[in-house]
Amino acid sequence: MPGKPVFSDPAQATADIPAGATIMVGGFTGRGVPVALLRALRDRGVGGLTIVTNDLSGGWSPWEDAALLVEAGLVRKVIASFPIPGSASTPTAFERLHREGKIELELLPQGTLVERIRAAGAGIGGFYTPTGVGTPFAEGKEVRVIDGQEYLFELPLPADFALIRAHRADVLGNLVYRRAARNFNPTMATAARVTIVQVEEALPAGALDPEAVVTPGIYVQRLVLVGGAA
Amino acid sequence: MTGRAPLPREVVAMRIARELEDGWYVNLGIGLPTLVANYLPPDKLVVIHSENGVLGVGPAPELGQEDPDLCNAGGQPVTLIPGGCLFGHAESFAIIRGRHLDVAVLGALQVSEGGDLANWMLPQRGVGSIGGGADIARGAKRVYVAMEHTTREGEPKILRQCSYPLTGRGVVNAIFTDLAVIRVSPQGLLLEEIAPGWTPEEVQARTEPRLMVSPALREIRL
Repeated sequence: MPGKPVFSDPAQATADIPAGATIMVGGFTGRGVPVALLRALRDRGVGGLTIVTNDLSGGWSPWEDAALLVEAGLVRKVIASFPIPGSASTPTAFERLHREGKIELELLPQGTLVERIRAAGAGIGGFYTPTGVGTPFAEGKEVRVIDGQEYLFELPLPADFALIRAHRADVLGNLVYRRAARNFNPTMATAARVTIVQVEEALPAGALDPEAVVTPGIYVQRLVLVGGAA
Repeated sequence: MTGRAPLPREVVAMRIARELEDGWYVNLGIGLPTLVANYLPPDKLVVIHSENGVLGVGPAPELGQEDPDLCNAGGQPVTLIPGGCLFGHAESFAIIRGRHLDVAVLGALQVSEGGDLANWMLPQRGVGSIGGGADIARGAKRVYVAMEHTTREGEPKILRQCSYPLTGRGVVNAIFTDLAVIRVSPQGLLLEEIAPGWTPEEVQARTEPRLMVSPALREIRL
Protein backbone atom coordinates (compact mmCIF):
# COMPACT_ATOMS: atom_id res chain seq x y z
CA MET A 1 0.00 0.00 0.00
CA PRO A 2 1.35 3.45 -0.87
CA GLY A 3 2.41 5.68 1.99
CA LYS A 4 5.38 7.46 3.50
CA PRO A 5 8.73 5.67 3.21
CA VAL A 6 9.28 3.45 6.25
CA PHE A 7 12.92 2.77 7.10
CA SER A 8 14.29 0.21 9.49
CA ASP A 9 17.84 1.62 9.30
CA PRO A 10 18.24 5.06 10.99
CA ALA A 11 21.50 5.61 9.04
CA GLN A 12 19.70 5.18 5.72
CA ALA A 13 16.85 7.45 6.79
CA THR A 14 19.27 10.27 7.67
CA ALA A 15 21.88 9.66 4.93
CA ASP A 16 21.12 12.88 3.03
CA ILE A 17 21.57 15.25 5.99
CA PRO A 18 24.58 17.34 4.93
CA ALA A 19 27.29 19.04 6.98
CA GLY A 20 26.23 22.52 8.05
CA ALA A 21 22.53 21.67 8.18
CA THR A 22 20.10 23.24 10.65
CA ILE A 23 18.40 20.40 12.51
CA MET A 24 15.57 20.44 15.02
CA VAL A 25 15.71 17.70 17.63
CA GLY A 26 12.57 16.89 19.63
CA GLY A 27 12.50 15.95 23.30
CA PHE A 28 12.41 17.37 26.83
CA THR A 29 14.56 16.10 29.70
CA GLY A 30 15.24 12.98 27.67
CA ARG A 31 11.61 12.13 26.94
CA GLY A 32 10.58 11.92 23.30
CA VAL A 33 14.13 12.22 21.97
CA PRO A 34 14.85 10.46 18.64
CA VAL A 35 17.93 8.81 20.06
CA ALA A 36 18.44 6.26 17.26
CA LEU A 37 18.45 9.04 14.63
CA LEU A 38 20.94 11.09 16.65
CA ARG A 39 23.27 8.12 17.05
CA ALA A 40 23.18 7.47 13.31
CA LEU A 41 24.05 11.08 12.60
CA ARG A 42 26.88 11.00 15.14
CA ASP A 43 28.28 7.76 13.72
CA ARG A 44 28.39 9.32 10.23
CA GLY A 45 30.29 12.28 11.68
CA VAL A 46 28.34 15.04 9.94
CA GLY A 47 29.76 18.32 11.24
CA GLY A 48 29.11 22.06 11.38
CA LEU A 49 25.53 21.52 12.51
CA THR A 50 23.13 24.06 13.97
CA ILE A 51 20.96 22.26 16.51
CA VAL A 52 17.58 23.59 17.61
CA THR A 53 16.48 21.73 20.74
CA ASN A 54 15.05 22.58 24.14
CA ASP A 55 17.67 21.12 26.43
CA LEU A 56 21.00 19.35 26.49
CA SER A 57 21.96 16.79 29.10
CA GLY A 58 25.53 15.62 28.91
CA GLY A 59 26.55 13.33 31.71
CA TRP A 60 24.29 14.70 34.45
CA SER A 61 21.21 12.65 33.55
CA PRO A 62 20.73 9.06 32.40
CA TRP A 63 18.93 10.30 29.28
CA GLU A 64 20.52 10.72 25.85
CA ASP A 65 19.78 13.73 23.67
CA ALA A 66 21.42 16.09 21.18
CA ALA A 67 24.31 16.52 23.64
CA LEU A 68 25.77 13.40 22.02
CA LEU A 69 26.31 15.42 18.81
CA VAL A 70 27.93 18.21 20.84
CA GLU A 71 30.22 15.72 22.60
CA ALA A 72 31.28 14.35 19.20
CA GLY A 73 32.32 17.87 18.12
CA LEU A 74 29.74 18.04 15.32
CA VAL A 75 27.85 21.15 16.41
CA ARG A 76 28.66 24.74 15.47
CA LYS A 77 25.67 26.43 17.10
CA VAL A 78 22.93 25.55 19.60
CA ILE A 79 19.55 27.28 19.82
CA ALA A 80 17.95 26.17 23.10
CA SER A 81 16.30 27.26 26.36
CA PHE A 82 18.12 24.90 28.74
CA PRO A 83 21.63 24.21 27.38
CA ILE A 84 23.35 23.61 30.73
CA PRO A 85 22.32 21.98 34.02
CA GLY A 86 21.55 24.15 37.04
CA SER A 87 24.63 22.95 38.88
CA ALA A 88 28.06 23.97 37.65
CA SER A 89 29.78 21.16 39.57
CA THR A 90 30.38 18.98 36.49
CA PRO A 91 30.64 21.20 33.39
CA THR A 92 29.22 19.51 30.31
CA ALA A 93 30.92 19.28 26.91
CA PHE A 94 28.63 22.09 25.76
CA GLU A 95 29.58 24.42 28.61
CA ARG A 96 33.29 23.77 28.09
CA LEU A 97 33.15 24.26 24.30
CA HIS A 98 31.00 27.36 24.69
CA ARG A 99 33.47 28.86 27.16
CA GLU A 100 36.31 28.13 24.73
CA GLY A 101 34.40 29.95 22.00
CA LYS A 102 34.06 26.80 19.91
CA ILE A 103 30.29 26.61 19.97
CA GLU A 104 27.77 29.42 19.59
CA LEU A 105 24.62 29.70 21.72
CA GLU A 106 21.33 31.44 21.02
CA LEU A 107 19.49 31.22 24.34
CA LEU A 108 15.72 31.65 24.11
CA PRO A 109 12.89 31.50 26.63
CA GLN A 110 11.19 28.13 26.19
CA GLY A 111 7.85 29.59 25.07
CA THR A 112 9.57 31.91 22.60
CA LEU A 113 11.55 28.95 21.22
CA VAL A 114 8.48 26.82 20.59
CA GLU A 115 6.43 29.73 19.24
CA ARG A 116 9.19 30.72 16.79
CA ILE A 117 9.17 27.13 15.55
CA ARG A 118 5.37 27.15 15.40
CA ALA A 119 5.44 30.41 13.43
CA ALA A 120 7.85 28.92 10.90
CA GLY A 121 5.58 25.92 10.40
CA ALA A 122 2.40 27.95 10.26
CA GLY A 123 3.57 30.55 7.74
CA ILE A 124 3.57 33.38 10.29
CA GLY A 125 6.19 36.05 9.62
CA GLY A 126 6.87 36.74 13.29
CA PHE A 127 4.97 37.60 16.45
CA TYR A 128 4.94 39.93 19.45
CA THR A 129 5.40 38.30 22.86
CA PRO A 130 5.44 39.85 26.35
CA THR A 131 8.03 37.28 27.44
CA GLY A 132 11.45 38.79 28.11
CA VAL A 133 10.48 42.48 28.21
CA GLY A 134 13.01 44.33 30.37
CA THR A 135 15.42 41.35 30.46
CA PRO A 136 18.53 40.34 28.49
CA PHE A 137 16.21 38.47 26.10
CA ALA A 138 14.98 41.82 24.79
CA GLU A 139 18.42 42.88 23.55
CA GLY A 140 18.38 43.86 19.88
CA LYS A 141 14.67 43.18 19.53
CA GLU A 142 11.93 45.58 18.43
CA VAL A 143 9.66 46.65 21.30
CA ARG A 144 6.08 47.54 20.52
CA VAL A 145 3.37 48.77 22.86
CA ILE A 146 0.04 47.11 22.17
CA ASP A 147 -2.96 48.10 24.29
CA GLY A 148 -0.63 49.62 26.90
CA GLN A 149 1.64 46.60 27.25
CA GLU A 150 5.16 46.11 25.92
CA TYR A 151 5.92 43.22 23.57
CA LEU A 152 9.05 41.95 21.81
CA PHE A 153 9.08 41.04 18.14
CA GLU A 154 10.30 37.52 17.43
CA LEU A 155 11.01 35.95 14.05
CA PRO A 156 10.04 32.48 12.82
CA LEU A 157 12.63 29.73 13.24
CA PRO A 158 12.67 27.12 10.44
CA ALA A 159 15.05 24.20 9.88
CA ASP A 160 16.32 21.97 7.11
CA PHE A 161 15.50 18.77 8.97
CA ALA A 162 13.42 17.87 12.01
CA LEU A 163 14.35 14.69 13.85
CA ILE A 164 11.42 13.82 16.07
CA ARG A 165 10.00 10.90 17.98
CA ALA A 166 6.45 9.66 18.21
CA HIS A 167 4.82 6.66 19.83
CA ARG A 168 2.85 5.30 16.88
CA ALA A 169 2.41 6.24 13.26
CA ASP A 170 0.27 5.01 10.43
CA VAL A 171 1.75 4.64 6.96
CA LEU A 172 0.29 8.01 5.94
CA GLY A 173 2.55 9.60 8.55
CA ASN A 174 -0.17 10.47 11.06
CA LEU A 175 1.36 10.47 14.54
CA VAL A 176 0.33 10.01 18.14
CA TYR A 177 2.59 10.57 21.12
CA ARG A 178 2.79 9.17 24.64
CA ARG A 179 2.46 11.19 27.86
CA ALA A 180 5.00 14.01 28.20
CA ALA A 181 7.11 12.59 25.35
CA ARG A 182 5.07 14.83 23.06
CA ASN A 183 6.70 18.15 24.10
CA PHE A 184 8.38 19.89 21.09
CA ASN A 185 7.86 17.02 18.63
CA PRO A 186 4.55 18.00 16.96
CA THR A 187 5.64 21.64 16.58
CA MET A 188 9.02 20.74 15.11
CA ALA A 189 7.30 18.36 12.67
CA THR A 190 5.71 21.39 10.99
CA ALA A 191 8.77 23.60 10.66
CA ALA A 192 11.40 21.68 8.69
CA ARG A 193 11.81 20.97 5.00
CA VAL A 194 12.18 17.25 5.84
CA THR A 195 10.67 15.69 8.97
CA ILE A 196 12.02 12.28 9.96
CA VAL A 197 10.15 10.42 12.71
CA GLN A 198 11.46 7.69 14.96
CA VAL A 199 8.46 5.51 15.87
CA GLU A 200 7.86 2.24 17.61
CA GLU A 201 5.04 1.12 15.31
CA ALA A 202 3.90 1.98 11.78
CA LEU A 203 0.31 0.82 11.47
CA PRO A 204 -1.86 0.39 8.39
CA ALA A 205 -3.91 3.36 7.24
CA GLY A 206 -7.08 3.59 9.27
CA ALA A 207 -5.59 2.00 12.39
CA LEU A 208 -5.32 5.31 14.28
CA ASP A 209 -8.45 7.06 15.55
CA PRO A 210 -8.64 10.08 13.22
CA GLU A 211 -9.93 12.21 16.13
CA ALA A 212 -6.86 11.32 18.19
CA VAL A 213 -4.17 12.07 15.60
CA VAL A 214 -1.88 14.81 16.97
CA THR A 215 0.42 15.35 13.98
CA PRO A 216 -1.33 15.10 10.60
CA GLY A 217 0.69 13.08 8.10
CA ILE A 218 1.11 16.03 5.73
CA TYR A 219 4.02 17.24 7.91
CA VAL A 220 5.90 13.93 7.81
CA GLN A 221 8.33 12.79 5.10
CA ARG A 222 9.93 9.63 6.55
CA LEU A 223 9.20 7.07 9.25
CA VAL A 224 11.93 5.06 10.96
CA LEU A 225 10.90 1.96 12.89
CA VAL A 226 12.95 1.54 16.04
CA GLY A 227 12.19 -0.87 18.90
CA GLY A 228 11.06 0.63 22.22
CA ALA A 229 14.41 0.98 23.98
CA ALA A 230 16.58 3.31 21.85
CA MET B 1 15.37 33.63 72.76
CA THR B 2 13.66 30.46 71.49
CA GLY B 3 12.42 29.76 67.98
CA ARG B 4 15.17 31.80 66.34
CA ALA B 5 15.95 29.30 63.59
CA PRO B 6 14.69 30.21 60.12
CA LEU B 7 11.66 28.18 59.04
CA PRO B 8 12.33 24.84 57.34
CA ARG B 9 11.65 24.71 53.59
CA GLU B 10 8.64 22.47 54.21
CA VAL B 11 7.01 25.14 56.37
CA VAL B 12 7.57 27.79 53.70
CA ALA B 13 5.91 25.40 51.21
CA MET B 14 2.99 24.80 53.61
CA ARG B 15 2.52 28.55 54.06
CA ILE B 16 2.35 29.09 50.29
CA ALA B 17 -0.07 26.17 49.89
CA ARG B 18 -2.47 28.05 52.19
CA GLU B 19 -2.66 30.85 49.59
CA LEU B 20 -4.06 28.57 46.91
CA GLU B 21 -7.75 28.98 46.21
CA ASP B 22 -10.34 26.54 44.99
CA GLY B 23 -10.25 26.18 41.21
CA TRP B 24 -6.77 27.61 40.74
CA TYR B 25 -4.32 26.40 38.11
CA VAL B 26 -0.80 26.53 39.49
CA ASN B 27 2.72 26.20 38.08
CA LEU B 28 5.49 25.22 40.48
CA GLY B 29 9.16 25.90 39.75
CA ILE B 30 12.05 23.56 40.46
CA GLY B 31 13.31 23.14 44.05
CA LEU B 32 11.47 24.65 47.05
CA PRO B 33 8.38 25.54 44.94
CA THR B 34 7.91 21.87 43.96
CA LEU B 35 7.40 21.06 47.68
CA VAL B 36 4.15 23.06 47.63
CA ALA B 37 2.55 20.12 45.79
CA ASN B 38 2.91 18.02 48.97
CA TYR B 39 0.65 20.36 50.97
CA LEU B 40 -2.27 21.16 48.65
CA PRO B 41 -5.49 21.94 50.53
CA PRO B 42 -7.48 18.68 50.35
CA ASP B 43 -10.85 20.45 50.33
CA LYS B 44 -10.02 22.50 47.23
CA LEU B 45 -9.51 21.72 43.56
CA VAL B 46 -6.00 22.96 42.75
CA VAL B 47 -4.63 21.77 39.39
CA ILE B 48 -0.88 21.72 38.83
CA HIS B 49 0.46 22.65 35.41
CA SER B 50 3.88 21.58 34.22
CA GLU B 51 5.36 23.38 31.23
CA ASN B 52 6.25 20.13 29.47
CA GLY B 53 2.61 19.60 28.60
CA VAL B 54 0.92 18.26 31.73
CA LEU B 55 -2.19 19.69 33.38
CA GLY B 56 -3.09 17.74 36.51
CA VAL B 57 0.26 16.65 37.89
CA GLY B 58 -0.29 14.11 40.67
CA PRO B 59 1.92 12.86 43.49
CA ALA B 60 5.31 11.28 42.85
CA PRO B 61 4.95 7.63 41.77
CA GLU B 62 5.89 4.71 44.01
CA LEU B 63 9.38 3.43 43.43
CA GLY B 64 9.30 1.05 40.45
CA GLN B 65 5.96 2.48 39.24
CA GLU B 66 7.48 5.38 37.27
CA ASP B 67 6.23 5.94 33.73
CA PRO B 68 9.38 6.74 31.72
CA ASP B 69 7.42 9.16 29.50
CA LEU B 70 5.74 11.12 32.30
CA CYS B 71 7.76 13.74 34.15
CA ASN B 72 7.63 17.30 35.44
CA ALA B 73 9.63 20.27 34.16
CA GLY B 74 12.61 19.19 36.24
CA GLY B 75 12.57 15.77 34.57
CA GLN B 76 11.41 13.97 37.72
CA PRO B 77 8.83 11.17 37.30
CA VAL B 78 5.30 12.23 38.23
CA THR B 79 1.80 10.80 38.03
CA LEU B 80 -1.34 12.19 36.42
CA ILE B 81 -4.45 12.88 38.50
CA PRO B 82 -7.75 11.41 37.25
CA GLY B 83 -8.86 13.97 34.68
CA GLY B 84 -5.33 15.17 34.03
CA CYS B 85 -4.49 15.88 30.39
CA LEU B 86 -1.48 16.06 28.09
CA PHE B 87 -0.44 18.37 25.28
CA GLY B 88 2.62 19.74 23.53
CA HIS B 89 4.84 22.72 24.27
CA ALA B 90 3.05 25.13 21.92
CA GLU B 91 -0.22 24.61 23.81
CA SER B 92 1.54 24.63 27.16
CA PHE B 93 3.11 28.03 26.55
CA ALA B 94 -0.11 29.41 25.11
CA ILE B 95 -1.58 28.55 28.53
CA ILE B 96 1.34 30.33 30.21
CA ARG B 97 1.65 33.39 27.99
CA GLY B 98 -2.11 33.75 27.64
CA ARG B 99 -2.42 34.50 31.37
CA HIS B 100 -4.45 31.39 32.15
CA LEU B 101 -2.38 30.31 35.16
CA ASP B 102 -3.69 31.72 38.43
CA VAL B 103 -0.33 31.60 40.15
CA ALA B 104 3.26 30.54 39.56
CA VAL B 105 5.51 29.75 42.52
CA LEU B 106 9.14 30.33 41.53
CA GLY B 107 12.53 30.20 43.18
CA ALA B 108 14.76 33.27 43.06
CA LEU B 109 18.38 34.33 43.28
CA GLN B 110 17.34 37.98 43.72
CA VAL B 111 14.10 39.97 43.94
CA SER B 112 13.92 43.76 43.78
CA GLU B 113 11.59 46.09 45.66
CA GLY B 114 9.88 46.80 42.35
CA GLY B 115 9.10 43.10 41.86
CA ASP B 116 11.90 42.31 39.40
CA LEU B 117 12.89 38.65 39.44
CA ALA B 118 16.37 37.21 38.74
CA ASN B 119 16.51 33.42 38.93
CA TRP B 120 18.33 31.97 35.93
CA MET B 121 21.96 32.97 35.83
CA LEU B 122 24.93 33.61 38.07
CA PRO B 123 26.93 36.20 36.11
CA GLN B 124 30.27 34.66 37.12
CA ARG B 125 29.32 31.42 35.30
CA GLY B 126 28.98 33.26 32.00
CA VAL B 127 26.15 31.09 30.68
CA GLY B 128 22.79 30.04 32.07
CA SER B 129 19.57 28.19 31.30
CA ILE B 130 16.34 30.20 31.19
CA GLY B 131 13.97 27.29 30.48
CA GLY B 132 10.35 28.38 30.86
CA GLY B 133 11.07 30.90 33.62
CA ALA B 134 10.77 34.10 31.59
CA ASP B 135 7.46 33.02 30.04
CA ILE B 136 6.00 31.90 33.38
CA ALA B 137 7.16 34.97 35.30
CA ARG B 138 5.55 37.23 32.73
CA GLY B 139 2.50 35.13 31.95
CA ALA B 140 1.07 33.95 35.27
CA LYS B 141 -1.64 36.14 36.81
CA ARG B 142 0.32 36.13 40.10
CA VAL B 143 3.95 35.30 40.82
CA TYR B 144 4.95 34.14 44.30
CA VAL B 145 8.63 33.77 45.08
CA ALA B 146 9.68 30.98 47.45
CA MET B 147 13.24 31.25 48.71
CA GLU B 148 15.63 31.54 51.62
CA HIS B 149 15.68 35.15 52.87
CA THR B 150 19.45 35.54 52.39
CA THR B 151 22.26 33.79 50.51
CA ARG B 152 24.30 31.09 52.25
CA GLU B 153 26.81 33.84 53.06
CA GLY B 154 24.04 35.88 54.73
CA GLU B 155 23.80 38.52 51.98
CA PRO B 156 20.32 39.92 51.24
CA LYS B 157 18.50 38.45 48.23
CA ILE B 158 15.79 41.12 48.44
CA LEU B 159 17.46 44.18 46.92
CA ARG B 160 16.71 47.70 45.71
CA GLN B 161 17.82 46.61 42.24
CA CYS B 162 18.75 43.12 41.05
CA SER B 163 22.37 42.86 39.93
CA TYR B 164 21.88 39.52 38.17
CA PRO B 165 20.26 39.21 34.71
CA LEU B 166 16.47 39.46 35.00
CA THR B 167 13.90 36.76 34.34
CA GLY B 168 11.07 39.30 34.42
CA ARG B 169 10.64 42.98 35.24
CA GLY B 170 8.03 43.98 37.82
CA VAL B 171 6.43 40.54 37.91
CA VAL B 172 6.59 39.43 41.57
CA ASN B 173 3.49 39.85 43.76
CA ALA B 174 4.66 38.30 47.01
CA ILE B 175 7.80 36.84 48.58
CA PHE B 176 7.65 33.86 50.96
CA THR B 177 10.94 33.27 52.75
CA ASP B 178 12.14 31.32 55.78
CA LEU B 179 11.79 34.56 57.79
CA ALA B 180 8.84 36.49 56.39
CA VAL B 181 5.93 36.99 54.04
CA ILE B 182 6.34 40.22 52.08
CA ARG B 183 3.88 41.70 49.58
CA VAL B 184 5.14 43.77 46.67
CA SER B 185 2.97 46.88 46.41
CA PRO B 186 3.17 50.04 44.31
CA GLN B 187 4.28 51.87 47.50
CA GLY B 188 7.04 49.36 48.22
CA LEU B 189 7.56 46.13 50.16
CA LEU B 190 5.03 45.39 52.90
CA LEU B 191 6.10 43.07 55.73
CA GLU B 192 2.92 41.17 56.62
CA GLU B 193 4.07 38.06 58.44
CA ILE B 194 7.17 37.11 60.34
CA ALA B 195 8.70 33.83 61.54
CA PRO B 196 8.08 33.06 65.23
CA GLY B 197 10.75 34.60 67.46
CA TRP B 198 11.96 37.17 64.90
CA THR B 199 11.47 40.94 65.03
CA PRO B 200 10.78 43.29 62.11
CA GLU B 201 14.15 44.96 62.82
CA GLU B 202 15.97 41.64 62.38
CA VAL B 203 14.17 40.94 59.09
CA GLN B 204 14.91 44.51 57.94
CA ALA B 205 18.60 43.99 58.74
CA ARG B 206 18.63 41.08 56.25
CA THR B 207 16.73 43.01 53.57
CA GLU B 208 18.29 45.82 51.50
CA PRO B 209 15.29 48.05 50.66
CA ARG B 210 13.18 49.61 53.38
CA LEU B 211 10.27 47.43 54.52
CA MET B 212 6.93 48.93 55.45
CA VAL B 213 5.58 47.03 58.44
CA SER B 214 1.92 46.15 58.12
CA PRO B 215 -0.26 47.42 60.97
CA ALA B 216 -1.69 43.90 60.97
CA LEU B 217 1.74 42.24 61.23
CA ARG B 218 1.40 38.69 62.55
CA GLU B 219 3.40 35.51 63.01
CA ILE B 220 3.55 33.05 60.14
CA ARG B 221 0.95 30.42 61.01
CA LEU B 222 -0.08 27.24 59.24
